[in-house]
Amino acid sequence: MSDRIFGLILTALALALFASATQLESPFFADPVGPKTFPILIAGAALLSALVMISIPDQEPSWPNFITLKKLGLALLVLVFYALTLKPLGFLLPTAIASAILSYQISPKLIGSAATGVGLSAGLFFIFKFGLGLSLFPFPRVLFG
Amino acid sequence: MEIVDNLILGFSVALTITTLSLAIAGCVLGTIIGALPGLGPSNGVAILIPLAFSLELDATQALVLMTSVYYGAMYGGRISSILLNIPGDEPAMMTTLDGYPMAKKGRAGDALVLSGVASFVGAFLATIGLMLLAPILARVAFYFGPAEYFALYLLAFCTLGGIGAENQAKSAIAVCLGLGISMIGVDNSTGMTRFTGGNLHLYDGVDFLVAIVGLFAVTEIFVFIESRGRDSAIGVNLGKITIPFKDIFATRWTMLRGTIVGFFAGVLPGAGASLGSFLAYMSEKSLSKNQDSFGTGDVRGVAAPEAGNNAAAGGALVPMLTLGVPGSGTTAVLLALLMTLNITPGPLLFNERPEVVWGLIATLLIANFVLLILNVPLVKLFTKILQVPASILLPGVAMISFVGIYSLSGSHFDLLLMTGFGVLGFILRKLKIPAVPVILGILLGGHMEVSLRRAMVLSNGDWTYLFDSYISIGLWIAAFIGFVAPIFLRSYLKKPEFPG
Repeated sequence: MSDRIFGLILTALALALFASATQLESPFFADPVGPKTFPILIAGAALLSALVMISIPDQEPSWPNFITLKKLGLALLVLVFYALTLKPLGFLLPTAIASAILSYQISPKLIGSAATGVGLSAGLFFIFKFGLGLSLFPFPRVLFG
Repeated sequence: MEIVDNLILGFSVALTITTLSLAIAGCVLGTIIGALPGLGPSNGVAILIPLAFSLELDATQALVLMTSVYYGAMYGGRISSILLNIPGDEPAMMTTLDGYPMAKKGRAGDALVLSGVASFVGAFLATIGLMLLAPILARVAFYFGPAEYFALYLLAFCTLGGIGAENQAKSAIAVCLGLGISMIGVDNSTGMTRFTGGNLHLYDGVDFLVAIVGLFAVTEIFVFIESRGRDSAIGVNLGKITIPFKDIFATRWTMLRGTIVGFFAGVLPGAGASLGSFLAYMSEKSLSKNQDSFGTGDVRGVAAPEAGNNAAAGGALVPMLTLGVPGSGTTAVLLALLMTLNITPGPLLFNERPEVVWGLIATLLIANFVLLILNVPLVKLFTKILQVPASILLPGVAMISFVGIYSLSGSHFDLLLMTGFGVLGFILRKLKIPAVPVILGILLGGHMEVSLRRAMVLSNGDWTYLFDSYISIGLWIAAFIGFVAPIFLRSYLKKPEFPG
């Protein structure tokens, strides 16, 4: 079933790629195939393989159960949070929070995870900043005007 | 004696303090990365590439560092295979079959030393093979025009999707996904934007490092959390390390055969080290008179796959350096490194930048000895790495990936995109759609399209031009066979069941 659903999504994507590629205009100068031929070829190949995937699906994979899915969702949120806050909040705080939460998800021990967060944050900052010379700001830049 | 001159040039580059220390650092880091379960060479190299840039190394130095990490990870992968029955990376999977049973019989130390020596034999001879074969292939590559390159890219995708995969349609989908992503952005020859959805961030296209780190490292984070992150612990007792001379001598031909099989599996574009270790193991088993002893701790079952996968690692560098077509997942990542350094691999590289190629080859020859020392007398140190709890390791890997990409682009959009690739990678892995073809598609898509368009310009739109030379016809036939033959050979290529 999963293979079929994914196959359908891919079929839609391939058709969208095809439609979008046909909209591209070929330039008038000497480029016989222009920017649209290659995408059209790929869309064709994708369509064909998606149809094979729909007609001969593999065994159903074991998807994570609800609890694991919640865990994965939280991990995803943490990573998105980290991506968004790394610049405005500086390195130390987001890194400590994100790694503490990830660590807690693997081994749910409050003190251990907090220590991992603080330790990783400080340790990595030291390595990145002084070992590799990356221009990282430890704290929110607004604090320093 | 061109090779001797070139080697002298190579060693003059390699034997500087900076290059040597980078090689040694790379070997140590690589062995650690290889030993850690789940963190394989592709992941390791991908995570470290952005950081290597921050060291402001020149092209040769960056390549030396990363290739040493690559070789080191190939050596290190066996450690957790043998001690924990968990392969440190995919190519080391075959080593679990006899390595772990050997360890359970109380011969863990012997298995580690024997496989370390086999790794050395495979990697060292493959480096010599690279040295001999690469210049020849580079000379052939001079005859390659756009039509031949187009066919060559096709061959890489077909062999990767054929021999390397379990389901052809799924690998084809992966390739198409990669190629589709590679087309996002401004079309270089017309200046038109394609498939950006109007998003300004996408005008420059999707940075392949963002995709690689996302699909490898971030995906690994999700997979790890899903598998509830087994905290690692050494399962078998490791006694005093001695050198099992008898076993090493008894398996000398096994290692040599494994090396030859592995090397050529590696040279095949797109096939890679997993195939090398698999073929080396299976051929050794089929040659053996007492096949039943394989899987129960047979020394040949330890020596063959390790020689095979390390030889394949060297072999995979041949098409990457001479043709710009990677022979494996990790060499795809190394190709990304070269492209980011503005070095175009291919025949011209050997003429225009001999110091890069021969410096690399000379360093690899030295690195193999460093790795032999690290992996035989010092192997006990690396087994300690397996005791780092996953609850520290995993967040560490995540943060390093993010900061690495952030240090390159400074854009939160790229970080979000990378996370998106991580989710995509997780779904793909669940559906058993391989991620390496996606990467290869993103990396080579642009080149493949340019080759096609140039060929069409040269032939004024005549498609038969694509089959106009013997080289391209040969490549098309090889591509077809590479994709179709495995369907009929499936029963022979079936991988054995892995316990645990």
